[in-house]
This record gives sequence, structure tokens and C-alpha cells, in this order.
Amino acid sequence: MAPSTSPAADLAPAPGGAPAPAPGPVATTPRARRDGDVVGLGRARAVAFVAPALVLVGVFLVFPAAWTLYLGLLDYSLTGSGAQAPVFVGLGNYTSALSDPAFAKSLYLTLLFVGGSAVLGQNVLGFSLAWYFRAAQRPVRATLSVLVLLAWILPGSVVAFLWQALLDRRNGTLNALIGTTDMAWALDHPMAVIIVFNIWRGTAFSMLLYTAALSTVPRSHLEVARMAGATRWQQLRDVVLPTVKRHILTNTLLITLWTFNDFSPYLLTGGGPNRESEVLPVYIYKEAIIGGHLGYGSAISLLLLLANLVIAVVYVRLLRTREPEAA
Amino acid sequence: MRLPSRATLLVSGLATSVVLSGCVGAKSAEDKSDPKANADAKDVTLVISANDVVGGKNAAEASWITEKVIPGFVKAQKDKGVTAKVTFNGSGVEDEQYKTKLELNLKTGSGSDVFAADGIWLGELASAGYVKPLKDVVGDKPASWDGWSQISKAVQQNLTFKDQLYGVPNGTDGRVLYFNKKLFAQAGLPESWQPTSWDEILQAGQALKKLKGVTPIQINAGVPMGEATTAQGFLPLLAGTGKPLYDDGSGSWQGDTQGVKDVLGFYQKLYGGGLGDPRMQQDKAGRDQSFAEFSQGKIGILAEGDYFWRSVICPSKADCATTSMPDRDKVVGWAKIPAQKPKGGVNGQDFVSVSGGSGWMLNPKTKYPQQAWELMEFMASKEMQTELSKAQIRISARGDVNNETLKNDPLLSFISSEVLPLTTYRPSDEKYNEVSLAIQQATADVVAGKSPDEAAKTYSTSLEKAVGAEHVAGS
Repeated sequence: MAPSTSPAADLAPAPGGAPAPAPGPVATTPRARRDGDVVGLGRARAVAFVAPALVLVGVFLVFPAAWTLYLGLLDYSLTGSGAQAPVFVGLGNYTSALSDPAFAKSLYLTLLFVGGSAVLGQNVLGFSLAWYFRAAQRPVRATLSVLVLLAWILPGSVVAFLWQALLDRRNGTLNALIGTTDMAWALDHPMAVIIVFNIWRGTAFSMLLYTAALSTVPRSHLEVARMAGATRWQQLRDVVLPTVKRHILTNTLLITLWTFNDFSPYLLTGGGPNRESEVLPVYIYKEAIIGGHLGYGSAISLLLLLANLVIAVVYVRLLRTREPEAA
Repeated sequence: MRLPSRATLLVSGLATSVVLSGCVGAKSAEDKSDPKANADAKDVTLVISANDVVGGKNAAEASWITEKVIPGFVKAQKDKGVTAKVTFNGSGVEDEQYKTKLELNLKTGSGSDVFAADGIWLGELASAGYVKPLKDVVGDKPASWDGWSQISKAVQQNLTFKDQLYGVPNGTDGRVLYFNKKLFAQAGLPESWQPTSWDEILQAGQALKKLKGVTPIQINAGVPMGEATTAQGFLPLLAGTGKPLYDDGSGSWQGDTQGVKDVLGFYQKLYGGGLGDPRMQQDKAGRDQSFAEFSQGKIGILAEGDYFWRSVICPSKADCATTSMPDRDKVVGWAKIPAQKPKGGVNGQDFVSVSGGSGWMLNPKTKYPQQAWELMEFMASKEMQTELSKAQIRISARGDVNNETLKNDPLLSFISSEVLPLTTYRPSDEKYNEVSLAIQQATADVVAGKSPDEAAKTYSTSLEKAVGAEHVAGS
């Protein structure tokens, strides 16, 4: 990315590695060359082109974020006098969130959920499946990938209902299959249930991404490694992983963020029993909507947003440091 | 060209947002409803909503609305030369979810013209400005309605906030202990069981525990049960310790008091001592499970309101679906809820209960306030209430209807003659919902294994946060 021969050398490198304009016959006038206006649109038309996107970003991203920030400073509530005339409480919501043991517990459970189901579960399983598919026979590969994809494309409500039927305490499929009676899975092992559920639900994405990534590994490299006597594990470690490293990071970034904000655990356990599986999105829902504390909910939402940003920044940094190696 | 930098973008975005946002809340205080709006309209559109759905939850009431109320009202309007289009917007969800949906609807200025609401929500809704007194929305007409003379003051109180009426009551209820006579016979307990103290409930539980596959006692606890935990479990028990939750005189709520600790201790004996099924109280669908198990004869004693009798275990398969009990009248017995010990309840009573009642409220944003009120009047008319009791007998708000219908149902006449005189009501305070949530959490803690003292302490902290420390009475 970012070829050094770009005529727009005086343009500050776009943050986030946006593709630099390619040199072409259009960018011929000296003025365009100086301004980087390679397409020759002129300022007004360029603004007209980006305006719709900026408006969308402003209305659907910046505005809600600022609105959340504002609400988080009020004792705004869904009902009662706090809905009629909210009082400004400054950082009160933030301090009470940070001192609330339920919030700390919820944060811990969220990290457990993200770590267990996304970073480890979906990543490893998705990679293993993709790796296995390379050598697998066509019918096996087709059947398996359809099954995995099915878990991904079914609507959430349908899936939640299926899982409730699977895990039900009285007449659940799982209890019938393994011959246990009166095992209330969602109550006795709530975190394990939502982690396994999310692995099952989300592995397809990692599998698809890694399948594509693995196809970029040059066969010749693997053959050379094999001829040099490398074991399968050594081939994986020394040839494949370095090549797909960036894919792994990208994939991990995406599934981490999705899982962090995932609300579907609520459909399975409702955050219970007694808050044992109350991940942050569920905690926010319960505080803001059920408890009616919209201001407090907004404050925690903003904390969640910050956590997301931190994760994103860390991954983007990691990606950048890998750039020279990958080039 | 140089694109605007990120900082510029962010600043302009922020500026736009601030302009757009203005400030929340203050708007609703300004707008005045106009009672005379569209009073002479020839075409009227109204929407009724309730937590009822044909073929599902509260099916009988849903059919009553769609088959009796709407056609009747449309015909009555047609006779006056008005074309009315009335639709029913039903739902069949947990009450908490219905409440949330209702609040969000009212908040955004949408929502049905006439909607069902639990009287206990009134404090919150009115303080938020989501509902307004009838006389502000409709004018003088409601005050002169002849139906009020048939509705007792106590029942009117359910839809009254700060001395203003906000709607028309639909009925009232009372809580009792239901028990399965078949199981009682097997356990050697009397068919006409009436415990006089908490200990006697526990003793019956011990006897029932010997039966295989039977959960002896289920008294609602925990957060998933929502208001059922507070109204059917905690509050009747607390009333049995002698003091109500909220003291009107001093304006204080019971915090970490002996009474609260006793109630939580009772829960511990139930769920820690193998008399109740703690996991059912923690399950998301626990209340529905308790309904199903009671109807299958797997629960010995269950504390519930009369809703349970008429809407959950009624003999009619069409109305009560999978939880219907064809042999209900033979198998199911009931008893008053005893105080902790004789004469130990509020006002020195031997027995206690908690009552509430829902009603029909009016959306202040309705386009047709006069016609909406006529619809409410029609729904609460003697004719329509009699029709409702035919579909599903219940304690109507109207005395004239009760006189004719309740004698047909042994439990409802029992509640109206034995329970309502000694019942207690929940405080109609805007903070009640939050207090109720703290109560649910306290019972959940005990069910999950914490000690009553510990749970009471956490409860007291949440309570102080909700209502302010100066309004909490300690031990």
C-alpha cells in the first residue's frame, strides 16, 4: 500500500492508510498536481461528492455519540420526574458506574465472553476449519461449510428459540441426548452456555475469512518447506502464519468488536441467574430500559464506546507495525 | 484540494449535534391538550392497546375488545352519524416489557389513544408527563359520568395520583395462597387448609416434600419474575410482619429493618431448605414454568393473585391454552395469606394481602379526546363489563356488575368478601418501580444463597440510592 511514487507526495499521508491516488493521465495540470486533485473535480464538486457521506456519518455516528455524551451528564430517566425535567449531574453517572460492583462484574464477564468466544473460540475454530478444508474432500467440505454457515445466517430470534429448546431443563434436547435429568444448563453454567453459543453462531465468519486468507499462501512456499523436511506444524508456524498474520489481526479486531457489543446473550439467559451472565450490553439494557435510568445507561454506553475505541486503536497500531513485513 | 481535517469534522459534527439536541425533557411540560379538538369530527380513528392477544395472553379480554367493545362502539357512533374506525393493538408479553413499550411510545408522542395500564405505574407515568388528569385531556365530561357511583373509592384510588383521576379502573384483585388438594391429600394435609402463621406454611411444605417429583412451595422471588415477586411474594409477607413498605406519615421506606430481614429469612427457609425450587425463580421464563407446573400438579402451594385463577388455570382450553386445568374447581384450593404470627400483620391483622388494579388510561396526545373518553365510558359501562365477566369472570370495578356475577365464582366471591377488606395497597409513588427492583434483587440474592442480613444490607444501599437516605427507615 501507499506507493512512494505517488505524485501527491506533499499530501499528508491519510490516516488509517487510505489508498493514495494512483498516477494517471488525468492528473496532468500543474495545479491539480500541487493540490492532489488528480481527478480534476475542483473543490466544489469534490465537496458535493463527499457531502452525502459526511452527512450520513454526522447524523448516524457523530450526532448519536455526542447525544450520548450529553445524556450521560444528566439524571435523565424513562419515567418519573427525571423524564420531565432532568437535572445536570456532571460526572455523577460515571463515578457511580465505576464504583458499582455490578458494573465491575459485568465488565469482567464481558472480557471473559469476548476472550473465550471470539478471540479464542471463533478464531481458533474458524482457522482450524479453514485449514482442514484445504485437504478435505469436496463433499465433506461442502457439508461442513453449509452447516457452519447456517448457524451464521439464521435470524437471531429463531436461533435463540432453538437454543432454548436445546437447553431446556425439563424437556431439553441436550438433556435427552446425554441422558441427564434436571440439568438447567442456562442456569448452572450461564457463561459457558453463552460462550459456546457465540462460538457456534459466529465461527462462520472467521472460517470464510481464513479460507480466503489461506488461499493466498503460495503453494510454492509450502512445497519448498515440505522438501526441506518441515513437519506440518512447522509449515503452519513458519510459512502459513506469517503470511496470514494480517488477516488474523483484522479478523480478531472485527469479531472482538462485534462480540463486545453483542446483545444475543440476553436472548439465552437474560443476564441471569442473578447477574451471572450479565455482559455490558445486557447491563446497559437492564439499567437504561428496565430500570429507566437513561442517563446512567448513556454514561455506561459511552464507556463501552471508549473501550471499543481502545481495542480498535490497539489493533490498528498492531496492523501498522506489521506493514513492512507484509510488503 | 485539501479535505477538511478530522478535527474540523469532529468539531462541526459536535456543533451540529448540540444544535440538534437542544435540551431533553422540557418540551412535554409546555404543550397543552385541547379537550375540544375534533369534538365534532365525522370520521374518527381510535386505537386501543392492552397486554392481551387473541389466542394468547389474556385471550378472553382480547376477544372482548375485538368482538364486543369495538363493534358496539362503532355501532353507537354510527347511530350518531359518526364513522368510527377503532383498531385493537394487542401484545402478549411480560408486563415489564409491555410497560417499557408503553413508556417509549408515550415518550415519543405516539402510542394508542386508549391503553391498559397497571395502576401502580401511574406515579411514574404522571410525573413524567406521559399521562394527564382526565379533566385536563377531556374537560368536564368525565366528572359527570354516572359510572363513578358504582366504583368504590378504594378502587378509584388505583387510578388516582395526587388527588386527580387519570383513567377508568377496570377492576381490582387480591392475592391468596393456592394449593393442590390432590397433593395435600397424599401428604396427609387437610382439604380446608388455612395456615395462621408462616411456620404453618413451612410445616405444610415439609409434609409435601415427602412426595416425589413435587415442589412443595413456590413464592415468587427474583428479578425475572418482576413485579410478581414484589406483589405476590415480598409485600404480602412484609405486611405480615406488621409494618407496610412505605410509611405515609413519615414518608419513609423500610430499609434494613427487622421486618425486611424476617421476610428474607423466610425466603431463605423456603429456597435454601429445599421447600421451593430456587432455579425456577432464576429462570427467565420462571413464572410461566411455575404456571405450567402448578397446572400439571407438580407444585403444592403457590402464592398468586386472582389473575392466576381466572386467566391461567381456568378450565377452558380456548382461554387458558396449555395451562388450563379442566378439573380446577375440584383440585385447587385457596387460603388467605397469614401474618408472620397471629395478630402480627399490619393493623394487628391475622391475615394480609396486597391488591392493585389496572385500568384504562387516555393518551394526552390523542387527536380525538372526546371520542376516546366516550370509548372508555363505553368499555366501563355496565353492559360491557357484564359482557366481559361472561367471557372471563373477574372482580370488576363496578359494584352493580359484581353483585350479579361474582356469586358464580367461589374464589372471586371469597376474595371480594374475605380478602379485600383486609388487603393493603402499594404506594403510588414515582419511585415505587425502583424500590420494587431493589426488592426483587434482594430476594434474588437470597435465592442465590446469600444470607438475609447481607441481602438486606445491599437492598438498603440500593434503596438509599433510589429515594435518598433521608427517606429510608433503618432497624
